[in-house]
Amino acid sequence: MAEKEIKTAAEPFRFYTQLHLSELTGLRASNLPELLNLIKEASDSAIYHHTHRFLLQHQYLSPEPPNDFAYWVTVALGEDCLGEKLASIDTMKYLTIHDLREKIVATIEAYLKACPNSAKRFASEDEVFYLIKCVSFIMPTAYVTNDLRGFVEILKKITIDSIYFHMFEARLRLERKTNDFSLWIEGMIGDKELAGKILKLDPYTYTLEDLRKTIIQMTEKRIG
Amino acid sequence: MGRLKEYIPIVGRGVIDDLRALAERLKGKTVQHINSTAVGGGVAEILTRMVPLFQELNLNTRWDVIKGGDKFFEVTKKFHNALHGRSEEINEDDFAVFMETSINNMNEMQYSGDIVYVHDPQPIALVQKKSDNKWIWRCHVDVSVPDRVVWEFLYSFIARYDAAVFSSPEFSSKIPIRQFLISPSIDPLSDKNKELPEDVINMVLEKYHIKKDKPIITQISRFDRLKDPVGVIEAYQEVKKYIDCQLVLAGGGATDDPEGIKVYEETKEKAGNDKNIHILLMSQNDIEINALQRASTVIIQKSLKEGFGLTVAEALWKGKPVVASAVGGIPLQIKHKYSGLLCHSVEGATFALKQLLNSPAYAKKMGENGKEHIKNNFLITRHLKDYMLLFLSLYCKGDVVYL
Repeated sequence: MAEKEIKTAAEPFRFYTQLHLSELTGLRASNLPELLNLIKEASDSAIYHHTHRFLLQHQYLSPEPPNDFAYWVTVALGEDCLGEKLASIDTMKYLTIHDLREKIVATIEAYLKACPNSAKRFASEDEVFYLIKCVSFIMPTAYVTNDLRGFVEILKKITIDSIYFHMFEARLRLERKTNDFSLWIEGMIGDKELAGKILKLDPYTYTLEDLRKTIIQMTEKRIG
Repeated sequence: MGRLKEYIPIVGRGVIDDLRALAERLKGKTVQHINSTAVGGGVAEILTRMVPLFQELNLNTRWDVIKGGDKFFEVTKKFHNALHGRSEEINEDDFAVFMETSINNMNEMQYSGDIVYVHDPQPIALVQKKSDNKWIWRCHVDVSVPDRVVWEFLYSFIARYDAAVFSSPEFSSKIPIRQFLISPSIDPLSDKNKELPEDVINMVLEKYHIKKDKPIITQISRFDRLKDPVGVIEAYQEVKKYIDCQLVLAGGGATDDPEGIKVYEETKEKAGNDKNIHILLMSQNDIEINALQRASTVIIQKSLKEGFGLTVAEALWKGKPVVASAVGGIPLQIKHKYSGLLCHSVEGATFALKQLLNSPAYAKKMGENGKEHIKNNFLITRHLKDYMLLFLSLYCKGDVVYL
């Protein structure tokens, strides 16, 4: 059987990678109102750190709720209900860190209004919340492709940091509104269907290795 | 040489490629590490492993050690204890001794680094020699509740650095320079952590007259009150009432710790005549430490304070279930009930030890989870990466940096 013809991209795709360094701020919170103030005043880099670090640090299997704010209010303050609400925020709905921050703030404010006594709960000294921000270093890798076959071969060997960069960091932190893979597949290969399928994934509910496998399977199915 | 490639089967080729790419961006820079001891303790151990790897990455790296007499190290030990929150009598003479040795070192040391990386309080005053190069202060100590007098004395030096590095967020405070969170690491290929044949493990057990006829609880650490060896014996004695087990307390000394022998004697006294307590004051022998950890049923690290607690990472890397105090960097390594058990007291340690000794399947699962967590976050390759990012951050502004 003749091999399916593979379309060449109008422009090649270069894989980038990102590496993170955690910068301490010396800022801390012991109760819910203090946490709320921290979140309101923190840099976007700090909000990004506390909502995304789990993805890389617990890439194999996350034992924690998917953001530090949710984990802390649950474990340190015993606010299980608020913890659940914060953990369930659908990050994919938000296109900027600013919008995500607004949603987190609104969720905590609504909870404090409904349960004013929760403002009086304090974390013990060894469970204080420490604000940290994320410094991202972005660099090109040696991997470049002109078509989907090359794309899938590189996906198999690239680091998960690179997959993370194109799926998470580019969309939300660099405000590209979509992931880089969908952007290139639709814009340069012209394959709207595959681009749409990758765009429809909720990457926050996958481990990074599972995300890699899923995108590889989708692409291989497409190219036959 | 070519040691970097030996890490590929463990961490993957991409990680090593990233390290090479980062080193390329630091081409031409020289990094000079300065600390207070060439042997013994976590800092010397990490530098011994890291410096050759940086050199293999073609990042010019050198390592210098300051000189100091007994008096100086007695004072810095007092500083160390005071920074950990312990009450210490520190007087003007102590500060004078510290400054006298610091000035001698300042004048004798050759400063050749574009980046000078100073480890811990002992060499902190060298920053007075800062010119137009970059200086980093790396604090390996738990400074969550420091003695104010000592902290303020050190603060006058810290403020002159370009950046500070801490091992845990709880050690950070409002200081006028950038501060970063970088955990230390272990080297999976070092003698202390590499796989060992069973006969080597057995030989070490025979050497120290330890039989394998009952479960072994082990704490590896220097004989230091902050490691609470006496508390470990108390926990063991409680466990022993229900489970027939044995205890190994093993560790060496560091040249900058004059208190070790005193604590060793106190520990011996607490152990009394119990033949199932093995207290081993060892000279530096990483293979033997490795063997003792691998032979253990459960590892304990019941520190009262801890800069990071690398022995926890070492034990988890070997897939061992661990009971450890929730202090310093230990909670970063252990998620309670997921990759080990955290405790806050002798009673808590006792209960956790009994749980793990009585439930081998539960203990095994924790060891497996712990190993995966160490692999992803606490190996030397991650540490090399963080240090190079730190060096780059000294020359770049902003939170998103394009290299």
